[in-house]
Amino acid sequence: MTTIKEKAKEFTKVDRRDGKLALAHIYVAFIALFIGGLCGLLQVLVRSGKFTLPWGIGYYQVLTVHGVLLGLILTTYFILGFQIAAMSRTSGTFTNKQRSLGWIGFWIMTTGTIAAATMVLLNEASVLYTFYAPLQAHWIFYVGMALVVVGSWIVGLAKIMKYREWRKVHPGESSPLLSFMVIVNMAMWIICSLGVAVEVVFQLIPWSLGWVDKVDVLLSRTLFWYFGHPLVYFWLLPAYMVWYVVIPKIIGGKIFSDALARLSFMLFLLFSIPVGFHHQLTEPGIESFWKFLQVVLTMMVVIPSLLTAFSMFATFELRGRQLGGKGLFGWVKKLPWKDARFAVPFIGMAAFIPAGAGGIINASHQMNQLIHNTIWVTGHFHLTVATTVVLTFFGASYWLLPHLTGRVLTKQMNKLAIIQAIVWTVGMSIMSGAMHIVGLMGAPRRSDFSTYGGAEQATDWIPYQIAQAVGGTILFVGIILILYIVVNLLFFAPKGETEFPVGEVSENAEKTPMWLENWKIWLTICIALILFAYTVPVIDMIQNAPPGSKGYKFW
Amino acid sequence: MHIHKYEKWWLTFGISSLVLFLFIVGFSAFHYGSHPPTGKVYIDPERVDEIVPFNNPGVHKVEGKEWDYEVVLVASAFYYNPPEIEVPLGSTVKFIATTKDVVHGFQIVGTNINMILEPGYVSEYVTTVDKSGEFLILCNEYCGIGHSTMTSMLKVVE
Repeated sequence: MTTIKEKAKEFTKVDRRDGKLALAHIYVAFIALFIGGLCGLLQVLVRSGKFTLPWGIGYYQVLTVHGVLLGLILTTYFILGFQIAAMSRTSGTFTNKQRSLGWIGFWIMTTGTIAAATMVLLNEASVLYTFYAPLQAHWIFYVGMALVVVGSWIVGLAKIMKYREWRKVHPGESSPLLSFMVIVNMAMWIICSLGVAVEVVFQLIPWSLGWVDKVDVLLSRTLFWYFGHPLVYFWLLPAYMVWYVVIPKIIGGKIFSDALARLSFMLFLLFSIPVGFHHQLTEPGIESFWKFLQVVLTMMVVIPSLLTAFSMFATFELRGRQLGGKGLFGWVKKLPWKDARFAVPFIGMAAFIPAGAGGIINASHQMNQLIHNTIWVTGHFHLTVATTVVLTFFGASYWLLPHLTGRVLTKQMNKLAIIQAIVWTVGMSIMSGAMHIVGLMGAPRRSDFSTYGGAEQATDWIPYQIAQAVGGTILFVGIILILYIVVNLLFFAPKGETEFPVGEVSENAEKTPMWLENWKIWLTICIALILFAYTVPVIDMIQNAPPGSKGYKFW
Repeated sequence: MHIHKYEKWWLTFGISSLVLFLFIVGFSAFHYGSHPPTGKVYIDPERVDEIVPFNNPGVHKVEGKEWDYEVVLVASAFYYNPPEIEVPLGSTVKFIATTKDVVHGFQIVGTNINMILEPGYVSEYVTTVDKSGEFLILCNEYCGIGHSTMTSMLKVVE
């Protein structure tokens, strides 16, 4: 006999039509993973000095593909797809109008992606994903990137409409936690991508079309990094959604505190944006005072990170003890280590400890000089985005894909998923470890193999560059494994029902205060902080601008 | 909003560490003047060769300044001028650099001299060279096909 309570607990399914939209995004994401990952393999092989690219393919062309596909396309598409499913699951099925908007956005983004990719493949746009004006790509590349951003706003609009609809129907109630987090994530994306949109639409497109002769380089870089740092938190927040909301359910526990989860998301929104100068610490034209101010704001993200770490481990310990774990650490053994949906994202969480520590070094005003533009930085973000975020996305795929396709993750696939994560961890430890060490020794990032005129210092780097190639090759094996699992889950896994796990809040937690969802307050603070951090230096940049730069094509 | 007792301890410890850390960074920046390199001088990137001091790149001994040598350096795809820099051990050196075309990097391997050269701006950094030897100078900001061949050498001699 089913009681009412059990019946209420029966999992809600994402509507099939919404699922299709989410899956469309996820297909593109995994195609990007394959091509981008292949380019990554080519790069580490070239950098080892033992391999040269055939058919006149350029190293920087491959690097541009790797950066754009993995940094922008894989992440943005996976996140948007995940968010669509999460909104539909927690706030209800999208209306036809909302879903159509989602599809319009998807096709605009995809058109942009194809346009930009074509120009990169034709070697008309080897400017890397940071654009690097006054290097000048073909205008179609910039238009393509602009379409990706604009398309993503339209997909975002569909979610915002859904959220507003939910709030209207439930006055005075806190929105579902996962939906709330999607909206914070989307707000962050829209606010920050305005910067890159302004750069591309008002600076790079007119300049590449020849409508204007010159570009203000410092302003373009400032607009880019106004976008470029929140971008990394845009990647990270969906991983946090999985940690805060999904993992507690998977391990059979409860969400530690709904209010603290919301608070930490809002703090990420506030402190991820007015901080771009910490990517420009070694650049001229920005006063040291403003650099330092943004360093301080950057470090504020330590606070929500501490909140998150506490909540995660509190959830784990409470559950482990509930299962009979004794002593100081006995509860650790009780966690479901054999469940890929938990174990894979957990490795991602663990990687965030060294990744975060490295990040503090990078943003530390003076210390940045030691590592700026060295391959240490590459090692750093291969821990943050390519381990923490990506492993969490993989872990989420193991329930999200079968949920959307009406299939199940078999025992064998679960086992393979854990092997995949181990392969990834080994490969990444070798590659990222070598990058960190050789970066401290001065090896630069974004550079083709070079002996640097036989300089002794550069000779010492070569063993580490070979280690990078070994690690990178192992990672590529990891990519093959994940793609094998993904294809299985999409097309071949046995039919069945898979849960979209959404955790419940602990009965001990108190009611969430409504001010946490007062957008007027939070958006006002957010905009005020941005204006505070950027107004004076940007006005200074524009008023005291040197003559602009004409375009160059040096590749 | 209710916050668990242990979480309060954790946050107090964490935020205190953060404040201490930022205080140290700020103190060394504003009290000791240890800032990352910057520069507020503007220049027409297309006329670099005509403008003082870039009309005469090289190592110049100077008198009556806080530094002993000025290294005037012009970067362009894919060269540094001068191609080699020699300064005596223990001297205080001011690096004054700019670029004639795209953005370049200026990193001296094994030191903390690391700055971005942007068209239109002059990057400056003052340091005392207290280690002898040969230090590789390289471009660490992507500038095009010859990026990884763009090098120079700093020789610190006794």
